[in-house]
Amino acid sequence: MDPGQSAVLPTVREALRTLSSSEDGDCILSTLGSLKRYLGGAESPAPPGEQEEFARRHFSDVLRCLVGRLSPGWLELLPDGQLEDLWASFFLEGPADQAFLVLMESIEGAALSSWGREGRSVLIPPFLPQNYFPLLGEEIVRVLQALVDSLRGVGPSTLSLQSSALLRASVCFPSEEILGVLVPRLTALTRANCLWQRVCWRLVECVPDRAMEALLTGLVEAALGPEVLSRLLGNLVMKSKKAQFVMTRKILFLQYRYSTPMLQSLLGYLAMDSQRRPLLIQVLKELLETWGSSSAIRHASLPQQCYVSKAVLICLAHLGEAELRDSREDLLASLMAGVKSRLDSSLPAVRRLGMTVAEVASTRIHPEGPPLRFQYEEDELSRELLALAAPPPAADSPSEHGLPVVCSWVTGRPTGLCCFLSDDELVPYDMSGDRELKSGKTPAYVRDCVEALTSSEDWERWEAALRALEGLIIRSPAAAREVSVELAKVLLHLEEKTSVVGFEGLRQRALVAVVVTDPVAEYLTSQFYALNFSLRQRMDILDVLTLAAQELSRPGRLPKTPQCGSPSPASQPSSTQASAWRAVVEERIRSKTRRFTQGSARRGPDASPNEFNLVAGYFFFPLIRHFDRPLVTFDLLGEDQLVLGRLVHTLGALMYLAVNTTVAVAMGKALLEFVWTLRFHGDAYVRRGLLSAVSSILLSVPAERLLADLPDELLEAQPWLADVAEQDPDEDCRVLAVKALLLLEKLKGTLLPLSSS
Amino acid sequence: MTAPLPTMAASPLPPPDPQFVLRGTQSAVHALHFFGGARGQECPLLLSGSLSGLVHIWSLQTRRAVATLDGHGGQCVTWLQTLPQGHQLLSQGRDLKLRLWDLAEGRNAVVDSVPLESLGFCRSSVLARGQERWMLAMPGRGSEEVQILEMPSKTSVCTLKPEADAKPGMPMCLELWQADSSPRPLLLAGYEDGSVALWDVSERKVCSRVACHTEPVMGFDFDSQKARGVSGSAEKALAVWSLDEQQALQVCRTHELTNPGIADVKIRPDRKILATAGWDHRVRVFHWRTMKPLAVLSFHSATVHCVAFATDGLLAAGSGDQRISIWSLYPVRSDASTPLLGHAEGGEVGAHALA
Repeated sequence: MDPGQSAVLPTVREALRTLSSSEDGDCILSTLGSLKRYLGGAESPAPPGEQEEFARRHFSDVLRCLVGRLSPGWLELLPDGQLEDLWASFFLEGPADQAFLVLMESIEGAALSSWGREGRSVLIPPFLPQNYFPLLGEEIVRVLQALVDSLRGVGPSTLSLQSSALLRASVCFPSEEILGVLVPRLTALTRANCLWQRVCWRLVECVPDRAMEALLTGLVEAALGPEVLSRLLGNLVMKSKKAQFVMTRKILFLQYRYSTPMLQSLLGYLAMDSQRRPLLIQVLKELLETWGSSSAIRHASLPQQCYVSKAVLICLAHLGEAELRDSREDLLASLMAGVKSRLDSSLPAVRRLGMTVAEVASTRIHPEGPPLRFQYEEDELSRELLALAAPPPAADSPSEHGLPVVCSWVTGRPTGLCCFLSDDELVPYDMSGDRELKSGKTPAYVRDCVEALTSSEDWERWEAALRALEGLIIRSPAAAREVSVELAKVLLHLEEKTSVVGFEGLRQRALVAVVVTDPVAEYLTSQFYALNFSLRQRMDILDVLTLAAQELSRPGRLPKTPQCGSPSPASQPSSTQASAWRAVVEERIRSKTRRFTQGSARRGPDASPNEFNLVAGYFFFPLIRHFDRPLVTFDLLGEDQLVLGRLVHTLGALMYLAVNTTVAVAMGKALLEFVWTLRFHGDAYVRRGLLSAVSSILLSVPAERLLADLPDELLEAQPWLADVAEQDPDEDCRVLAVKALLLLEKLKGTLLPLSSS
Repeated sequence: MTAPLPTMAASPLPPPDPQFVLRGTQSAVHALHFFGGARGQECPLLLSGSLSGLVHIWSLQTRRAVATLDGHGGQCVTWLQTLPQGHQLLSQGRDLKLRLWDLAEGRNAVVDSVPLESLGFCRSSVLARGQERWMLAMPGRGSEEVQILEMPSKTSVCTLKPEADAKPGMPMCLELWQADSSPRPLLLAGYEDGSVALWDVSERKVCSRVACHTEPVMGFDFDSQKARGVSGSAEKALAVWSLDEQQALQVCRTHELTNPGIADVKIRPDRKILATAGWDHRVRVFHWRTMKPLAVLSFHSATVHCVAFATDGLLAAGSGDQRISIWSLYPVRSDASTPLLGHAEGGEVGAHALA
């Protein structure tokens, strides 16, 4: 037996016992001091033999013990952070590989979370993740450098076991911090060096399956562009099943959190090598299949649909015509199915997505065929999608620089008097609006307008009549009331025969003015379920009813047009009497009240009755009555779900506008029943309308009446709302459900004190 | 061209908006006149005459009416002109009265009154002939006559009556002026038959007459330095005419408009641009030398009855919609040393000439 060994062992044992149990700071200090001797560098270092033995056999035990003791309380046993420094010095000065492994163990350990929570506040700076992982990254690069050198035959011919272990270990724990250091370095190193590329490829191939996903997503996130990804990964997707699954399924289909550049580098990586291209076609097929599946459209959220659409377009941009031709039939079939189901959707964003993708994809898949063209307004998303489908631009054009100069000159011109305005430099303004005046043809009476709109072949007069109508109705309500139903009929059936700017708006405003002046809602609501109307006209009816109800219920509109509703001349004097009476009372109060301070006399807006009160029933009930009776031309519960969505929204709006009216309770009851029958409707737009209708009921119907008349319905609605709030694929639906739930909670809050008192 | 001009391909500037709008006349605005502010000692004022017979004096600084003059018995005020001596204002109304107001030191009293004998729409004109003397041209008793008065004595100088076979109809607009070279006062008159005539006042004869329009001349303005004038009528065109050395008028060109009817025409005092008041509710701005259209100002919702320019280039337009819009277009160059046109500060020109 070596006498030295026996000398080290007891000392270490003794020290470990002290360390693990003692709470006495000085004792711990002296113990650590005695151990420190074995690390060298102290005043009286232990003999080299003992040092070596300590490092080989006992060091890791000591470290484990130290890690185990680490806690804020323990470190504060001695003042001024002495213990902390000493503690750290063991990790920093001892053999680095063991220190690392011990730390790794402790991070891996089951106590990870608690250790992390407690230890974070006291961790010594070099071991904080943001510092430590970059260090680790540097080390890995050094190890790899040694490896490459050895392959070149320059450095030592074998790598030490520790080095490879380190490498393996850290690749097993890929984290943003390590990759953040590693990827740029490797990107630079692999740029011109095949050897480095080979080393990289080997390295990623060695990664165990359980770490593969984290590594690949990390690499895709950190790598800039497909070339870098290709240099770093090689043909990994062909060799590793796991890698293939992650790259071609998981990132594309199961998740949708990655940015567009990431998608581009991922799919670009697949396209870069001829061995990988079949994978790309496979991916495209699967993507389009998903894109075209109607159930996917119904159940996937809009961001996810956008994600898949982007991936489809990127794939198409990478694939050549010949490759596409082989699988044209399949691709076209899925594409057309997707377009059809998207065009059926009542959400404009989904429709537009379908149109954009269809236009681009059909020209790529079937270039000889007639091009698909849709009419849609460009927005940010569609522009982004179009840009994705185009091959990357060669160089940015310099023409963009001309404009700002001109602008600054123009804006600077009118203020400065010293500008160079000679005779020829008077720059004309835009005079495109200088058209012939058509004032001569404007009808002066409502009746003239009706006549001009129905029978006039003079289109200028027709247009002038349409433009003048709203103003005439508002100015002379009596005349409008005489012809109101006829006028409503004419306007409802009016077609845009000439291209009139803002035709829809003019017609709608005129109709709203008619309905507000003389509620002809009965006529409109009866026409809503009539046979011979287009969906457009039916939706117009709904819009007009909503706008008119809004106008009628607007507080403070009474003084402006007092003729509305049923005006009686007798009511006029009574109101003046009332105000005189109020003035007398106020005068009396003032004369008998002594005020110590005079605040500013504030007057709130005049209270006025909700005029919608008189007619709300005519607006509401005829609409809700017949929704489940399909006509030949109109099937609300069938394929006309867009109109159903509008109807539900309109009913919700009418309910909301009927606040403080007497019919609100009856309306609420009917509407809640209506909502209940439709609550599992497949269309997101309809569901949104239902949820907002629930909110309107909760807002408009008085709380005590809700409790008295609709307790069971509300009780039933709550779990449904909670379910929607959690599980609905549409984000707006979820938000609306949460809002309705909050209102319900609030209602409970207001009712509880009532019932307890 | 040294200035950094935008290329022709650049999109034109959007149509301008008024700098501000004066409301509160409560009836249609039929006459506008800028007053003061030329020498910068005081803030310029804008005078407006309305259909209800009131004259409003607006401060362009506060943009409020500082005073209201009521002197025409509720009849429309058709013409406003300040005189160089003191703060005196002439206003012409449809009550057949020309009133002379004293506005000095905040007064607003009628100091004199001249009876009119014509019920037409013709606006009068003045020409200052000395510190205390000025000449007034106004429509006369007979339907075709123009009467010239010596003021302030109100003595009739002469009555200008066209020859018997001419039959030009009523005078519609007048302008008295004086060439730099000779002291003889001249009168330009636009007539109902669309012609413009030049009268030599002292000889009481027509020097020249030219048919510019087929409809009555509603307004014109004359640039005495370039000896060129522009007139607008009820028809769909502007006419530009010139006066040669033999004092003969001739039409240079006509300019077609989008809509018929020009109520008033004014050239800016620096003679760069001119503005027309249109029956189509729009004010049109042209480049005076080339007659290139520069802007169409569509703000008003009724016929524009009158336009006026201030010496600093501000443009005012008064309309039947009871509003006065103030526009600032194409700023006047600060180093402009050219003498001002007679019509804007008509009295001042005369005063300078005599000084």
